[in-house]
Amino acid sequence: MIKIISPGPLTSVQDGGRQGCQSQGYRECGAADMYSLAAANILVGNDDHHAAVLELTLAGGVMEFTEAAIFAVTGGDFALTLDGERVPVHGPVYAKAGSRLTIGMAAKGLRGCLAVYGGIDVPELLGSRSTDMTCKLGGFKGRALQKDDEIPVGTYAVKGEYDVEKRRASLAERNLLNLAADRTKLVNPGVGRFFQGKRLTVLRAVKGPQEEYFTEAAHGTLERSVYTITPQSDRMGCRLSGPVLESVNGSDIISDGIVGGSVQISSDGQPIVMQADHQTTGGYAKIATVISADLPALAQLRPGDEVGFRFVSPKDAAAAARAIYEGLLNLKECYK
Amino acid sequence: MRITNLNEITIKPAGDSAVQIFCGEEISEAVGDKVSALTAALRDFFAAEKIAGIGEVVPAFSSLVVRYDPLVTDYDEVAFRVGQVAAEIEISGEGGGQGNIVEIPVCYGGEFGADLADVAAHNGITEQEVIDIHSGGLYRLYMIGFLPGFPYLGGLDKRICCPRLKSPRTKIPTGAVGIGGEQTGIYPMESPGGWRLIGRTPVTLFDPDGILPLPYKAGDMIKFVAIDKAEYERIAAAEAERKEKLRREKGAGV
Repeated sequence: MIKIISPGPLTSVQDGGRQGCQSQGYRECGAADMYSLAAANILVGNDDHHAAVLELTLAGGVMEFTEAAIFAVTGGDFALTLDGERVPVHGPVYAKAGSRLTIGMAAKGLRGCLAVYGGIDVPELLGSRSTDMTCKLGGFKGRALQKDDEIPVGTYAVKGEYDVEKRRASLAERNLLNLAADRTKLVNPGVGRFFQGKRLTVLRAVKGPQEEYFTEAAHGTLERSVYTITPQSDRMGCRLSGPVLESVNGSDIISDGIVGGSVQISSDGQPIVMQADHQTTGGYAKIATVISADLPALAQLRPGDEVGFRFVSPKDAAAAARAIYEGLLNLKECYK
Repeated sequence: MRITNLNEITIKPAGDSAVQIFCGEEISEAVGDKVSALTAALRDFFAAEKIAGIGEVVPAFSSLVVRYDPLVTDYDEVAFRVGQVAAEIEISGEGGGQGNIVEIPVCYGGEFGADLADVAAHNGITEQEVIDIHSGGLYRLYMIGFLPGFPYLGGLDKRICCPRLKSPRTKIPTGAVGIGGEQTGIYPMESPGGWRLIGRTPVTLFDPDGILPLPYKAGDMIKFVAIDKAEYERIAAAEAERKEKLRREKGAGV
């Protein structure tokens, strides 16, 4: 069990998302940064890379492990203190029973995934443990975590024998315990650019599905301008501010399906990039779709950060997704 | 009978994990039929052929989205398969768009339909006439969205249309049946909203525990059936029992 002493600004249970029920109106939800979700699960030794984690935002508060556990925090560079001692992010850490973890502000990045060996174990709703905070469904009581919540840790994420002490010994033997993973192995290309401390994050996007709603000039503007993340951004969508994207005849459409990464242009000509908690349908035309490989980087940006767009083909997008997957397999090879 | 020109569909990429298929540029029975037929045919095809990496098929008013896993398949294969299936439908000419007729019992007026009198007054008819017209119609379910289980229905009689409330209610109860402009619908869960409330259904549309399935899907026709308060209570109790029974059965299966 993980007992929440103080929850941090926004901490919720998330996993790989609620798939297969969008046609019934369920939002997908899941971790905003799917790369960090998989990496955190791999670092602790979970076979299920989409096992449920605690998603942290900006900081993570204080929590207590009532039993011995192995955890890892990935995503932003959070400041972690376990019983008063600094412990690394981006690596597996052993916490003895009764130890307290304090997760301070992230020096870089916005969101973190705290995975635990065995997996965060709340009841599944339609095959997912993710919290839909908008509709108050799933996860832990359908809401963000609060003081005194007790979050169960399960064993479902481990296929073979589940043994915390054996896992600890195995990691210690290989000099992997309480150490950050090698950044070259851990960082995905999209998130990598961001961690190099660059101000501008370039998001690759596939044109469409409704690019013809916008003028030729708008396409050029989108590809040559810098857009700023606004404070109105949340898990539903990243709202950007920058040069207006002109539509040919208004951007209202007959409501249709939305996917994560859809770049909707609202009536004021500003882009909104859909994120994990987006509605299943929407009424604004979508000029482009950010590729799945670059959504993790977007999820780590804060208000004020800058993005640009570059159009790529679906083939290039798929190659980028494959490269990230192979990177995760390499990480898995190291931490299996 | 209704499928004529599926070769007019447009297939576009929606990123690297979905394709979107456009079947027309209007909300109409004809376009809705194309969407329903293609949705049903794609689901059948993908299930029968076991094409790896294909995810959900999600219909909307005039388009649908097919999700896929870019690590397993790609845009070209999915677009090719969609074209293949669409061409087959055209040849067979068998429409899958008729759907089921789903009856939704509604207790109109009183405590369940606080705005029924306003809707009647706005249209210069009696409350009973609003009920008769509303429960006399057959409504096409074009798509589910906005909230889990929220049905976008077409076919509201112009004689009972009514503008939305100027300031939306902060809380509309589960099962509320309302009219907003030229649309009618049901709130499957408690939510804020600006529609005029004319009644309430005791049927579970959306189950937060995921035990009871949605009673309808896109492509179905909805028929509202007027019931009184005693019937409302009876159905509400039966729904709770149905859920308990299913919960036990599911629990026993684990």
